This record gives sequence, structure tokens and C-alpha cells, in this order.
Amino acid sequence: MTPRRRRMLLVGLILLGVSGAVALALTAFQENILYYYTPSDVSAGKAPQDRLFRVGGMVMAGSFQRPPGSLEARFVLTDYEKDITVSYTGVLPDLFREGQGIIARGRLGEDGIFVAEEVLAKHDENYMPPHVADTLRKQGDPRVTTPIATSTADAASE
Amino acid sequence: MWLWFHKLSSPPYAYRTAGRLRPWFLWSAILLLAIGTFGGLVLAPEDYQQKDAFRIIYVHVPSASMSLMVYVAMAIAAAIGLIWRMKLAHAFAAACAPVGAWFTALTLVTGSIYGKPMWGTWWAWDPRLTSELILLFLYLGYLALRASFEDTQRADRASAILAIVGVVNVPIVKYSVVWWNSLHQGPSISKLGAPSIDPSMLWPLLVMMAGFVLYFAAVMCDRIRGEILRRERNASWLSEITVGT
Repeated sequence: MTPRRRRMLLVGLILLGVSGAVALALTAFQENILYYYTPSDVSAGKAPQDRLFRVGGMVMAGSFQRPPGSLEARFVLTDYEKDITVSYTGVLPDLFREGQGIIARGRLGEDGIFVAEEVLAKHDENYMPPHVADTLRKQGDPRVTTPIATSTADAASE
Repeated sequence: MWLWFHKLSSPPYAYRTAGRLRPWFLWSAILLLAIGTFGGLVLAPEDYQQKDAFRIIYVHVPSASMSLMVYVAMAIAAAIGLIWRMKLAHAFAAACAPVGAWFTALTLVTGSIYGKPMWGTWWAWDPRLTSELILLFLYLGYLALRASFEDTQRADRASAILAIVGVVNVPIVKYSVVWWNSLHQGPSISKLGAPSIDPSMLWPLLVMMAGFVLYFAAVMCDRIRGEILRRERNASWLSEITVGT
């Protein structure tokens, strides 16, 4: 075996060893890397009861309510299998609207209502001009999930 | 093929070639970046959901793809340098690192500026964001490790190992949005099937990406020349060309 072959083998073994170790570590930490739980996870009892966690899903159309005279927002988060009601007091991000994917961080209350301390809006990987979005929406394309120009204000005044 | 490889590994030849290629790379980069910026900021329509705020992707996405691409180039060069004992490959790897670190920093900063209005937060410990931050630390660690050796050859070998070990982070950054639930959205371009970005918005992005690659090539021509000058400062071929001018 020439020295060059040996060095080649060494580099190969380093790569193999490190990627093997990292793959094992990532598999072991799968739960901790999980950025958010889905409503199905929560209803299956996979989410922690005693500490803060994140739950992610779509804001169900027609579920947004704001009790009069308060800043509290209530909406239903769904992953199209299970739902969870979220209550949040504070400023919602610009992209927040019904049909939008969001991630809320908070605790699950006794009454099954998730009390959020922070709400983040997720946006998807689709980028298109408004007229294309309108056309796709008319064709019932599943990529366009949001109804036409529903802002938070519109939803709140319903 | 091998002749070309051997020729390029000779410092005087590489020094001259880099000097000759540099203006071509630089001017085509400037041209493409100008076209891409105009296309992205003026010609491309606004997004149906994110309005004008989405336009930051014309800087964010190319710098993110460069941060990964430069790392892979650096790791390959380091491996070649280690296996074939090729000094020029080590010089290439050393020249890559600061540029890659800046692309990574730019990715994180533009991503943060993008994240605040869209997601509602500057930073989240999300798999994609965290692994990109680790990438920045790998670049910085590589630079710090190099700086801690007086002897260039020892610096080359030690830092090459770090570059090779760190390459496992690259697929993690790339596929983090596919493997785990993430706040960051999934891939729009590099996936099976049609890109999920409208052609009118896609072309300036591709032009910008090509511009970033050419800019990197132009900067590398300069940096590799600097590395060669530093490493070969006592060589006779250098005194011949520098005394002559």
C-alpha cells in the first residue's frame, strides 16, 4: 500500500466515522431537534405537559375570534386530522391569517386550550405574483391555501 | 486531464492563470449581479403573500447556496492537499475560508432581517438556522486553527482535517428542512419536479446565483495569488517577475 493510498483511506475513514457518529447522534436526539409538535401529537399525548413547547399547524378558516374589548385572539390550529384551540394575547405577525401555517409557543392548559406566549407565522416555499395566485385559487390548486386578501383585521371583524 | 492538473499545481503557472482569468470573472460577475439586482428589485412582480418583502431572497438564497458550495470546495481542496501532498490545494482551501465565512454571515444577517417581518422573530433555534450557525463556527474554527500555527505546512494539515470533518454539516444544513419540522420553508428550486417559484421571479434569482459564483471565482483569483505570494516569497521565479517590473 503506497503512502498516498493510505492517506486516501484515512480521509475516507474519517469521513465515514464522523458521519456515522453524527447520524447516530441525530437519530438519538430526534425528539429534541423537533422544532414543533403537530395537533395530532398533542392529542396523542406526545407533547410535554409541564413545560413550554411549540405547536404548529394551519389556522382553521373561520375560527378566528377576538373577544370584544380585549387583545386576546382565539383560533383553532389544525393539521387536518386533529385540532387544538389556541389563545394568544399580543401582536400577531403580518403573515398571520386564516389558512396560514403558524407555530405557537406556550403551554397546554387544564381545559385543553393552548395558551401561547409567542406566535410565529410560517410561510411555504411557493412564490408567485398575485394574478397567478388568483388563477390557481380559482382552479382550486391546493398550493394556494389562503383565501383572497383576508388580513387579521378582516378576520377579527367577522 | 492529468497534465492540466499537474500544470495547475505549479505555483508560477497557477499565479499567472489566476491573474489572467480574474478580469473575466470580475466583469461577468458585475454584469450578472447588475442584471439580477434590477430583475429582482424592479422587474419581478411582488409575491401574492409576502408582497415586496420576499425580494430579500435575491441576496439571501445565493449567499446561502454559496456558503455551502464554498465549504464543499474547501473540503475537497483540503482532501486533495492531504492525500496528494499538493501545496496549491492547501492554498486554495485556506483562501476559501474567509470568503465562505462572509457568505455564511451574510446568509444569517439577511435571513434574520427576512425573519422579523415574515415569521415575527429575528432568530429561532430551528434546525436550519442552527446548522447554518454551526457552519459559521466551522469556518471561524478553521481560520482560528490556521492562525494558531507558525508553520504553514502544519497549519495546512491540521486545518485540512477540520475542513473534512466539518463537511458532514453540509447535508444537515441542506436537508434540515426536509428531515425535521422546521420554521424555515422547504426547498423551492432544488427538488424533484417543477420549481415552486414563478418563472418571472425565478430568473433573476438564477442570474444572481450565477453572479455570486463568478464573484467568488474573481475573489478567489486574487486570494490564491496572495496565498502563493506568501508561501513562495523566497522562490526564484517570484523574484524574477517582481524585479522585472
